[in-house]
Amino acid sequence: MIELSDIRKVFNSGKPNEFVAIDGITLSVERDKVLVLKGPSGSGKTTLLSVIGCMARPTSGRITLSGKEITSLPERFLTEIRRKSFGFVFQQFNLIKGITAMENVILPAYPTGEGFSVLKKRALSLLELFDLSERAFSKVEWLSGGEAQRVSIARALVNDPSVIIADEPTAHLDTKLSKDFMEIIGKLKVRRKTIIIASHDPIVYESAAVDRVLEMRDGRILSRATRQ
Amino acid sequence: MSRFNKQRNILDFTLSSLLRRRTKNSALVIVYTLIVFSLASVLFFTQAIKKEACIVLKNSPEIIVQRIVAGRHDLLPADYIDTIRAITGVQSAKGRLWGYYFEPAAGANYTLMVSEEPGVEVGRIVIGQGVSRTIHANRADIVPFRRYDGSYTSFEVSDILSSESELVSSDLVLISESDFREMMGIRGEYVTDAAVYAKNKRELFMIADKIKRILPDTRPITKDEILRTYEAIFDWRGGILLVILSGAVIAFVILAWDKASGLSSDERREIGILKGIGWETSDVIAMKFWEGAVISLSSFSLGIILAYIHVFFASSALFEPALKGWSVLYPEFRLVPHMDPLQIATLFFLTVVPYTVSTIVPSWRAATIDPDTVMRL
Amino acid sequence: MFARKSNVFLLFMAVNIFLLALVFGHASYGEKNALPYLRGKAQMVKRIGLSDLCLFTDARYARHPSMADLNTPFQDHPMSLEHFPSGTIITPPPHLRSK
Repeated sequence: MIELSDIRKVFNSGKPNEFVAIDGITLSVERDKVLVLKGPSGSGKTTLLSVIGCMARPTSGRITLSGKEITSLPERFLTEIRRKSFGFVFQQFNLIKGITAMENVILPAYPTGEGFSVLKKRALSLLELFDLSERAFSKVEWLSGGEAQRVSIARALVNDPSVIIADEPTAHLDTKLSKDFMEIIGKLKVRRKTIIIASHDPIVYESAAVDRVLEMRDGRILSRATRQ
Repeated sequence: MSRFNKQRNILDFTLSSLLRRRTKNSALVIVYTLIVFSLASVLFFTQAIKKEACIVLKNSPEIIVQRIVAGRHDLLPADYIDTIRAITGVQSAKGRLWGYYFEPAAGANYTLMVSEEPGVEVGRIVIGQGVSRTIHANRADIVPFRRYDGSYTSFEVSDILSSESELVSSDLVLISESDFREMMGIRGEYVTDAAVYAKNKRELFMIADKIKRILPDTRPITKDEILRTYEAIFDWRGGILLVILSGAVIAFVILAWDKASGLSSDERREIGILKGIGWETSDVIAMKFWEGAVISLSSFSLGIILAYIHVFFASSALFEPALKGWSVLYPEFRLVPHMDPLQIATLFFLTVVPYTVSTIVPSWRAATIDPDTVMRL
Repeated sequence: MFARKSNVFLLFMAVNIFLLALVFGHASYGEKNALPYLRGKAQMVKRIGLSDLCLFTDARYARHPSMADLNTPFQDHPMSLEHFPSGTIITPPPHLRSK
């Protein structure tokens, strides 16, 4: 579904602190499967995720999404594709404080211009999916860690994207919540979502829901360990 | 439709954002409203008075001739009036008798004028509303006055001038000529000044010139100069108005400065998150625009409405301490409402536009940050 | 229950705009209404022979600015301490300043 061809990303090119984050990555992400990128910090996982998710442009190389090349699209189109096709779950949750859970969930959909009542309905059904109906109108500061994470997953799903990208999602969660998280991932896979997770947490990469694990180090993919 | 919806959505988020820092933003709205209120109140008040002066004083005497002795006003000999009458182009010339009277009990100043208004006869006066209020005098009341020699006399109030006319008549005491002369000790050969009317209005300056030449110790004042006095009234160069204006400008600059000095790290982080979850640069700019617009539009409209109520319904009550000064007799400023759309538009462009711009401009750079920075937050 | 914030604000602004329209309407109505009173005042000015509006009654040059001479100390000073604040509001008329 997503094809990366010799992707390279260099930061601060030409300056003394030039840094090659990912170097020559060629990779094929299969539809409706869970892919985990495993590796220590600094291995380029986060950069690779942001390139796949159309958040950053690669310095060189090509990316195709469902057969269409997206590497050189202008920002406006790229953002639209990102909004429609990708949902992000961040390490720090990155929910906006001071507003309710429901408002946070529909925030990514604001620029689409969809009617508010439509969005509200969608948000509430997503929150129900994650057992958060009672907390829908609570301000996010009052949510527990697990609740906040489920809100951030719901937010990632509000535009009904086909791909979910998660960067170290269990970094701030205890064992139980981490296992809960992987269970949700399994459910999402069943609902036909493609999922890419970057994590060095064994609970993640050893989970039964995971189809494929790629190990990264120094901006390159090391092994091609496949599961099942 | 979807564009409108999109803006509404962004507006929703902006309002949530503003409500988060409720106290700060309420204070901002209050200060901003106060600034607009003060400026608009001053504008409405001064404009209304100027407009009224312009209309009402068109009927003032065409030339008023005063006599100046040793740099000060002095009484005008009555035979000067005969001289003036003889000048070609003069239609009529009449002596005016008027002066000031200080009432020590109340501490108020009246303007005494000799007039032939109905109700003015020997022993009876017509007074303005302000006088009536100050000494609590009604029709048929007897009011004492002190003569120039220290003795006392009294007059009966036969009528009180209308309250609609307060702006020209509030402190007037209209009195008969004989009573005035007796009270003030002014002999028949003198008058206070002369009111002159010309056959041809275009010859006013020429006549005034002639009067000055023939009677060098006089000072003619034309109606034109009277009207221009009121055009220039409340000149911004006048001390207090300058203070109010400067105060408003400074307060406004401080407001805008707070905005223009850039975003806090919290705000930057938030923009990063928004861009990460799919907002474009233009969406973030739109949000910042609404942030400025919500505050300015609310404050501006509130300020104008409150200023209007203040000046035209509450008789500019808040200006009273400044306007009253040392006066004991203070007219009720029931002004004719007058709104100049051009001035409101100017006020709008001087307040709303800079404020909104100062909210957007510093956010520009932050709005353009790459979305992938959210991954590193 | 859950009133959408943008609706509340838009309603607030709609009310404000309505009030502003009302203000303009009131002003133009008030002006028309005031014409007979203004004419009445103008007539009074003509009959009695008045030359100034009665704004300040504390100083002669503030009560009759058009008739004023420049013989009061600091009369043209911006702060006009002799009769503050009316003196600062009423500056000497143009024909005194220029001549």
